[in-house]
Amino acid sequence: MPRCLAIMRAASWTATNLLESLLTARALSCERDGRVLFNGLDLDIRPGDVIELTGPNGSGKTTLLRCLAGLTGDFEGQVSRRGHFSYVGHRGGLNLQLTPLQNLRWSAAIEGTDASNESLSSLLDGVGLAGYELTPCQQLSAGQQRRAALARLGFGNAELWLLDEPLTALDEAGCALVRDLLARHRARGGAALCATHQSLGLDRSLQHVLGRAA
Amino acid sequence: MTQATFARAPSVGRAFTAQLQRDLTIAFRSRSELINPLMFYVMGISMFPLGVGPGAERLAEIAPGVLWVLALLSTLLSLDSLFRRDFDDGTLEQLVLNVDPLFVGVLAKVLAHWLVIGLPLTLLSPLAALMMFLPAAAVPTLVLSLLLGTPILSLLGAVGAALTVGLKRGGLLLTLIILPLYVPVLIFGAGAVTAVIDGVDAAAQLAWLAAILALTLTLTPFAAALALRVGLE
Repeated sequence: MPRCLAIMRAASWTATNLLESLLTARALSCERDGRVLFNGLDLDIRPGDVIELTGPNGSGKTTLLRCLAGLTGDFEGQVSRRGHFSYVGHRGGLNLQLTPLQNLRWSAAIEGTDASNESLSSLLDGVGLAGYELTPCQQLSAGQQRRAALARLGFGNAELWLLDEPLTALDEAGCALVRDLLARHRARGGAALCATHQSLGLDRSLQHVLGRAA
Repeated sequence: MTQATFARAPSVGRAFTAQLQRDLTIAFRSRSELINPLMFYVMGISMFPLGVGPGAERLAEIAPGVLWVLALLSTLLSLDSLFRRDFDDGTLEQLVLNVDPLFVGVLAKVLAHWLVIGLPLTLLSPLAALMMFLPAAAVPTLVLSLLLGTPILSLLGAVGAALTVGLKRGGLLLTLIILPLYVPVLIFGAGAVTAVIDGVDAAAQLAWLAAILALTLTLTPFAAALALRVGLE
């Protein structure tokens, strides 16, 4: 398996070696409460890459995503990003008192995305929330809330997606939806890094396993 | 699904209005949180005639201090939720990642907080003044001093709320950080009202309040933005 992945990595690299990395991390080291989560970690994310970040609970997947997103500066090493990125964290970034539409409208405004109400509704349609646009998020199920959080990926103007457990609480159709979003994002030349326990089920995805060396 | 690719047109003004609108909508959705500090203000003041006795002169003497201290405590009561709810649901992360410069988002949140807490307190203060037998001549000054002072309370409070956002029980720490900073506002605010009762011009105290407001308005949004980045780690 690892060799096969290496070959895929090489193939992916030759196909895109002329394209600049969307994200480059060099010699990342991070320690929490005296435990080394990762040490000397190098990572390149190029256009068209979908990387599954796996590892046992507590192996530092979320921490790595937060380091890469710039949410925490408590690590050593270098991270450089190019272009815009979207981060969908473990906590989805939805206010539960607002409706999915209100949440999405706010996301669009702070991300600087121009979107009409109709186009926002069509994005919610796309994640299977048709008919729930005006229901406060606290009345939605956990899976529906996750769908509402993922809807903002549909803006499609961020080159890089950093997703923390995008499949949590999603049913089969929901997982297929994420797969679909990722495939289309990749086809557009986007890239994604997903911390996940379940396989995304996407062909030609790359793997990065944390917590093995330790 | 229609995969529309939306145009990016980052605009500081749009981010500000969107944040303000969002926070006001949330405030009006959770009415109890909205009304609690105002209830506390009115109820707290109504305790003084009962506790001190209904003697008009004695009440009028302590009225400026009481009215101001309760405005301060009511604001303090509402501060903990300023950033905490957003921290808990992950929207604060989105704010920090997407709004550049971040102080614009902070300023929108503080303005929403003032519109929901500080402004209603100011508008309610004549009623509270009535319960405390504050001389009618001093009421305009009370309102004016609160109008200048309550934004300062929200602005300074935002720094404390941002510093304690990552802590599970930040409430007590927040009080310890913020109350000393509120002291000058209290002194000048209550001082202005007392001056009018004593028949002295209150312009000096009001000018001091305005100066503090200008200072906090220019400095605290940056400080709170910085504190939020630290608090998220």
